[in-house]
Amino acid sequence: MTDRNSYHLTPEEQQRRRRRSIALGLTLGILCILLFVITIAKLGPQVFNRPL
Amino acid sequence: MNTLSNSLTEPQNKTIAGNGISQGDVSDFFALLKPRVMFLVVFTALVGMVVSHPDVNPVLAFVSLLMIAVGGGASGCLNMWWDADIDAVMTRTRKRPIPAGKIQPGEALAFGLTLSAGSVIILGLASNWLAAGLLAFTIFFYVVIYSMWLKRSTPQNIVIGGAAGALPPIVAQAAVTGSVTWDSIILFAIIFMWTPPHFWALALVKSGDYERAGIPMMPNVAGPDSTRFQILAYTVLLVPLGMAPVFAGFGGLAYALISLVGGLGMLALAIQVYRLRVGEPAMRVAQQLFAFSILYLFLLFATLLAEHGFGFFHAVLG
Repeated sequence: MTDRNSYHLTPEEQQRRRRRSIALGLTLGILCILLFVITIAKLGPQVFNRPL
Repeated sequence: MNTLSNSLTEPQNKTIAGNGISQGDVSDFFALLKPRVMFLVVFTALVGMVVSHPDVNPVLAFVSLLMIAVGGGASGCLNMWWDADIDAVMTRTRKRPIPAGKIQPGEALAFGLTLSAGSVIILGLASNWLAAGLLAFTIFFYVVIYSMWLKRSTPQNIVIGGAAGALPPIVAQAAVTGSVTWDSIILFAIIFMWTPPHFWALALVKSGDYERAGIPMMPNVAGPDSTRFQILAYTVLLVPLGMAPVFAGFGGLAYALISLVGGLGMLALAIQVYRLRVGEPAMRVAQQLFAFSILYLFLLFATLLAEHGFGFFHAVLG
């Protein structure tokens, strides 16, 4: 068994990890937007009609 | 020299992979979702929605369609996780991310489960819990009933398992209307009846692959001749079923013509597959049936989409 802590990622592996992290970040961002949009769409146009 | 360098590098790579350091790129994770199957799921689900003429917020309809696609992708991912051992010995599938060593089985399992749960929950929030329940059932049916149970135990695997691939129009209709009607059940039945001739045509060509992997596909268990007869029998049932939307009132004039001509094409090829049993011509006609079956299903659903989504509907009956 190779000790995971002693293993150094190659530049290619680092790039792949970076791309995975970016994709995960974007996915989480899209998920937040999606939940916001669903909420607004479910509430309908009346959501903007309220006393300020 | 190559052998020596391989022996030095391969075990190390395997150990690293075993230690859980991910080697996968974003494209490998995307490949786990079976993009081509996802396209078919989105396409048939979209038709299920459009045919229903729903009075629904387009944003919510879009989110529902997206979640049905993600759920379909998740079930494909879980299928690849479970079938990694047989994928590794089949030429058609050995380059998939898990057998190729790019993605760890545990990663695929976590990815698939997360997407499954996420797609079901968000579909429930965006549309209704009937649709979410049907999507959950679809994923369960494909992964547990088909992949884990039927695929390795019976030659009827793709007949019964085909139900999972046929469910998207029903899930989509439930998402935008909150109910299930005969229209989407007819679309389900068309895909369900289309699946055996489609997959068995492929299985006739790739029977060696399936035999090596130990999968009891119909040509390996009942023999090629019996498979050819069953392809013909299912096609005979499929052709009138393909025309059922016309009689149910949601298939128009264009659909009537396409389903008739396409159905006759399917029937002609199925008869050829039944008649030609040896050598290169037999393999070639089986490949032709496999390819034409994809075109046939695509044309049926594309015509319904054009008729209901773009105003090309001209009633045939009534």
